[in-house]
Amino acid sequence: MTQRISTMLLTTTALALVTTMVGRADAPPQTSSKASEAADAAQVKRGQYLVKIMACNDCHTPWIVGANGPEPDMTRMLSGHPAQMTLPPAPGPTGPWVMHFAGTNTAWAGPWGVSFTANLTPDKDSGLGEWTEDMFVATIRTGRHQGKGRVVLPPMPIGQYKNATDEDLKAIFRYLQSIPAIRNKVPTPLEPEE
Amino acid sequence: MKPVTFWRSCAASALCLASVATIAATGAGSEASVARPGPLPSRLSETGLYSDASSLTVDPRHLAFSPQYPLWTDGAQKRRWVSLPAGTAIDITDIEVWSFPVGTRFWKEFSFGGRRVETRMLVKSNRTDWQFASYAWNDTQTDAVLAPVTGLPGVAEIAPGKKHSIPSVEDCRACHDSSRTEVLGFSALQLSDDRDANAIHGEPLVNGMVTLRTLLAANRLQPGRPELVSAPPRIPAASSQERAVLGYLSTNCGACHNSNSTLAPLKLMFKQPAYGGGLGVVRAGLVRQTKWDRPGAVPETTSVIDPVVIEHSALLYRMRSRRPASQMPPLGSVTPDAAAVDHVTRWALEEFRRP
Ligand code: HEC
Ligand code: HEC
Ligand code: HEC
Repeated sequence: MTQRISTMLLTTTALALVTTMVGRADAPPQTSSKASEAADAAQVKRGQYLVKIMACNDCHTPWIVGANGPEPDMTRMLSGHPAQMTLPPAPGPTGPWVMHFAGTNTAWAGPWGVSFTANLTPDKDSGLGEWTEDMFVATIRTGRHQGKGRVVLPPMPIGQYKNATDEDLKAIFRYLQSIPAIRNKVPTPLEPEE
Repeated sequence: MKPVTFWRSCAASALCLASVATIAATGAGSEASVARPGPLPSRLSETGLYSDASSLTVDPRHLAFSPQYPLWTDGAQKRRWVSLPAGTAIDITDIEVWSFPVGTRFWKEFSFGGRRVETRMLVKSNRTDWQFASYAWNDTQTDAVLAPVTGLPGVAEIAPGKKHSIPSVEDCRACHDSSRTEVLGFSALQLSDDRDANAIHGEPLVNGMVTLRTLLAANRLQPGRPELVSAPPRIPAASSQERAVLGYLSTNCGACHNSNSTLAPLKLMFKQPAYGGGLGVVRAGLVRQTKWDRPGAVPETTSVIDPVVIEHSALLYRMRSRRPASQMPPLGSVTPDAAAVDHVTRWALEEFRRP
């Protein structure tokens, strides 16, 4: 009996599959590739919008003092803490002032040591060029690098971002993969004294 | 059926298979061919591990085993069992990726200083999915309760100021979901009868523990491959030290660093196959520059193995470290494995040192 039900279900599933495939085959190929291009463009646009409102540029693009005062240097958009920038040791915590950050808004000292914002551009060696969508989603969901490495350090707002939908995270990743690649090898975080 | 009844009946394994099949057949929706995993029992005593829970007698039908190259977990003592549904066998057509029957359950018990702390469990709930859980032992050591999916921090002090934590299910999956198989310690290489006597933290094979030979004899492996006994899997190596080191790296690092992992671009291939492994598998990955920079080093000058100053090797630095930002493995332990660091250092000095 059990087996019969399974077989029936399998057949139904198989039928459904065949129907879907026939449905796909019916559609003129050109329209479907145009449709997918449009869907892709919409996803990139959604990702761009999310990156703008979720403040990624605040931390991942180095700040400079421009004509209108401090602002993210968009010529280095989302390329992270500038590798060539040398910093003196961070001052220790004084009283309730436990955190310090550099004027670029890309280097952050606190009880975790010193963290540097990552290069989110698609550069292969120094950015997210070799990342897959799964790795990106897993990083934000788990708060671990690539979903299985060390904990992503403050002030990266993992606690908030992990509540985003898969769809939104995928859109962000798709957009990040579409921006200009900038080579900038961000330093590894400095560990606190033990 | 209530979950508890379901799990009890799972102890009589054939029944378990039948009920999993029923769930599969009656489950609604388009994914009906895949059973939705039921809720896990809230106590270890309800998982079917024990035939008599009051005396903690392990069901004699379960198979005890011990992988020849164990994982380092801060020196925890471990015991492991597997339950295969009655009358079933493991499909070993792909020698590296054993396919376990639906209803297979694994347990792994962790003790520190003779006290049980947690018992982890893996359940094959349908054709493709495994469920992960851990049970935290109570103070009186009579039973253990299901830990939250987010894990339980600080369940036992293992060294002054260092505490063992029960990993979150996400952390279980970080290690168990990163290669072609979720099962890491029950494989052709791990159960070989040509057991490595020099394995780092190798455990004794206690009477009754299964190996390839006994599993084949009991028809638990299909198809029966006689070469598993006539030419048992063994890591080919130039010395016993090299063999032990490669085995250690295979278990402790290979779960994440292997060619099927998302980490493959790092080119660290630590996982050893049953046949045809050896230094050749890992060598190319060891003599290259890392993406990661050793703290204090000039950027982009760190190597996996540094042939000039072996101690500067990223591999050794990260094995020695238990700071969150650099430790390897990145999760699962809070104290470095000093014995392993020592073995790997001596081996690297012999193999790679260039004055
Ligand atoms: C408040 C500052 C801040 C904001 C806002 C922020 N980040 Fe981050 N992010 C960081 C820091 C600092 C790190 C480095 C942490 C570390 O080294 O562990 C980081 C790391 C990351 C990483 C890990 C990269 C890697 O190489 O492992 C990703 C991915 C990431 N951020 C994406 C984003 C995205 C996408 C946004 C916007 C939706 C964003 N961040 C907004 C500070 C921030
Ligand atoms: C640091 C990586 C790591 C983490 C984290 C981890 N495991 Fe494992 N696990 C292993 C390795 C490697 C083995 C095989 C070697 C051994 O048993 O010593 C193993 C073995 C097991 C086994 C025996 C079956 C098998 O695969 O060999 C079970 C059951 C298990 N783990 C469950 C869990 C559960 C549940 C969690 C989370 C609560 C977890 N593990 C977390 C690496 C890990
Ligand atoms: C749970 C998964 C996991 C395990 C197990 C693991 N690693 Fe890693 N490893 C990672 C991740 C993720 C990265 C990349 C991010 C980073 O560098 O922290 C990494 C990076 C590395 C790097 C730097 C590579 C580079 O090119 O930058 C080395 C070296 C390394 N691991 C060695 C080891 C060793 C040795 C072991 C075993 C003792 C091990 N790992 C076990 C996840 C793991």
